[in-house]
Amino acid sequence: MSLQGSGTRPQDISTTAAPEENGAAQLPADLQDERLIAREGISGAVGAFTSRLRSGDLGSVPVVVGLVIIWAVFQIANSSFLSSRNLVNLTLQTTSVGVIALGIVLVLLLGEIDLSVGSVSGVAAAVVGVTFVNQGWPIVLSLVAAIALGVLIGLFYGLLYTRFGVPSFVITLAGLLGFLGLQLLVLGKDGTINLPYDSALVGFATRSFLSPAMAYALVALVVAAYALSRWQGRTARAAAGLSAAPNSVIAIKAAGLAIVLLIPVAVLNGDRGVSSMFLLFLALVVITDLAVRRTRWGRSVFAVGGNVEAARRAGINVRMIYLSVFAACTTFAAVGGILAAARLVAVGQASGGTDVNLNAIASAVIGGTSLFGGRGSAYSALLGALVITSISNGLALLSLDSNVRYIVTAGVLLIAVTIDSLSRRSRQAHGRA
Amino acid sequence: MTVTPSTPTPLDVGAGTVLTLQGISKRFGAVQALKNIELDVRAGEVLALVGDNGAGKSTLVKTIAGVYTADDGSMVFDGKPVRVGSPAEAQQLGIATVFQDLALCDNLDVVANLYLGRELHKNGALDEVEMERSSWELLRQLSAKIPSVRIPVASLSGGQRQTVAIARSLLGRPKVVMLDEPTAALGVAQTAEVLNLVERLRERGLAVILISHNMADVMAVADRVAVLRLGRNNGVFVVSETRTQDIIAAITGATDNAVSERAARRSKEEGPAS
Ligand SMILES: Nc1ncnc2c1ncn2[C@@H]1O[C@H](COP(=O)(O)OP(=O)(O)OP(=O)(O)O)[C@@H](O)[C@H]1O
Ligand SMILES: [Mg+2]
Repeated sequence: MSLQGSGTRPQDISTTAAPEENGAAQLPADLQDERLIAREGISGAVGAFTSRLRSGDLGSVPVVVGLVIIWAVFQIANSSFLSSRNLVNLTLQTTSVGVIALGIVLVLLLGEIDLSVGSVSGVAAAVVGVTFVNQGWPIVLSLVAAIALGVLIGLFYGLLYTRFGVPSFVITLAGLLGFLGLQLLVLGKDGTINLPYDSALVGFATRSFLSPAMAYALVALVVAAYALSRWQGRTARAAAGLSAAPNSVIAIKAAGLAIVLLIPVAVLNGDRGVSSMFLLFLALVVITDLAVRRTRWGRSVFAVGGNVEAARRAGINVRMIYLSVFAACTTFAAVGGILAAARLVAVGQASGGTDVNLNAIASAVIGGTSLFGGRGSAYSALLGALVITSISNGLALLSLDSNVRYIVTAGVLLIAVTIDSLSRRSRQAHGRA
Repeated sequence: MTVTPSTPTPLDVGAGTVLTLQGISKRFGAVQALKNIELDVRAGEVLALVGDNGAGKSTLVKTIAGVYTADDGSMVFDGKPVRVGSPAEAQQLGIATVFQDLALCDNLDVVANLYLGRELHKNGALDEVEMERSSWELLRQLSAKIPSVRIPVASLSGGQRQTVAIARSLLGRPKVVMLDEPTAALGVAQTAEVLNLVERLRERGLAVILISHNMADVMAVADRVAVLRLGRNNGVFVVSETRTQDIIAAITGATDNAVSERAARRSKEEGPAS
């Protein structure tokens, strides 16, 4: 794939020195156009943010607003909703659907869909149950087998898609049915397999929490790493003669991040604390985000999602991108299925049922990843999964049945899709499509 | 092998040929878009490719660039026979292309589009700072009027998008640059700048294939003009020895017979010998 390592800097094609360079040399290279509306310092950062919102580049704003509203409503209806105890439960419930949604985000970035993540999560859980409990394999071997199955399924989808051009919608619809069948086949006549309560897997998913000191230390570490990378970026930009955010803006952003992390950690520490499983999910979100925004692979994913033909002509190995993304999606689905089984301490025929599928897809969309491809973020899996789980958790606290939950979730999903479509239209009108 | 309706000139020595096409044919269903195209492209030379709408210019460019594969015929690059199966392979050979439809990703910003498929790295991550810095450097050399390189390409004007596509083609240190109607959407200053650029590329010893409908531009920068008509070669002219009317006649086919007769006679004379 790599074409020229060092030969990609522009050749010096100018014979005459650019005349305007002398006059505008004091301005950073990216701020010399006089049509640019000057945005400097803190007020500039705020101004840039609001103008982006107005043009329809909403990002994660709608889902954050939605989450605040949902939490406020449930808190009013039942004062134990925002209690430490319930919020710890919420983090545990969010994890598996969130991990699966992370894979959906990747597939949506390509403008494709995977309808089979529920079945894949179920079959992976069944493989763990059968090999670990019934066959007595070491747990690590069981996990590797289940996750490898997830990888293989995605590669198979990718092969069908790239070789024969079958729409992903149809491939994964077949997968939805086929892997449900495989799950039932693997489980055999037993139907339900209980995982041993004292196994490491169940312990990790239900009883493993960070100590308060460790959680705070981790927050400090993350904030420091964020500030450092921002500051390094700033120095590099300044050294390259580009505009750079002032230190005050970096400090304010780092402080904001600290607050956003410290409040939940403090609240969760009021009960059992930050769950290891939830921390794993957060780590996967951060890793996926970095992979998508900071690597050549991620850039190629966005390019393919935006314009496949342009990506192909740019020399991107489009096939490899499809294969890797489909495989990543089903791998996340397998991991999510295993985590769900571990938390519920059992694998059954209902593992990875209809709910899981729709909740994961809805999470990605509610979180702000576009259905139209080429636009989205790994964080939408986290935010969307929190919305979905908050709804089911809150309604359960109010002892309302799944009928109400389905209706409410459907309503939220429709709102999210409408916002996506409207903001796309607005972006087109504002030239940010 | 080239059909040249004029006596040999200093340009015509055949030395420094980077790219040779032999008998390239391409069909789209019932449409024979290209038929037995012969062309040679030399280092340090601007070859204009002209022809009416639908003559097959873009199809030829895309075939060379690996977007389409030819049904028939062969390609020699740098003295070696090559098969270009994909755009990536063409880029690896050193063939850069500005497509007529530009082929940009609307959802990505200018920097991402410029470096698409060959991003710069630093410590395993994309080197955004260096890419942005050199993007500005390159765009300023092209006198590009682009307010910011961090806005999505969707929000640029047609000419700005074209400038981005041209800048893109120059990043990979190519040997052959193909420009499919690069000035079609450009302003007066930017057109002049692109023509200057074409001349600078020639001075640097690159081979440039320029497609344009603007005969004044073609006569101003090209060394030779290859005419396509209805998917076939219709003569190669040396600009310094040809009047514009003759080329226009070859394009429109008004003097179809004269040109093709000569061409047919010459290729028959040369055919058995080579
Ligand atoms: N993808 C395609 N599928 C079918 N036919 C095509 C395709 N691309 C081009 N053609 C046909 O091939 C012929 C040559 O088209 P081409 O685009 O190469 O013309 P051109 O010389 O570039 O014209 P213009 O000056 O209008 O750009 C046309 O008759 C066109 O209809
Ligand atoms: Mg064309």
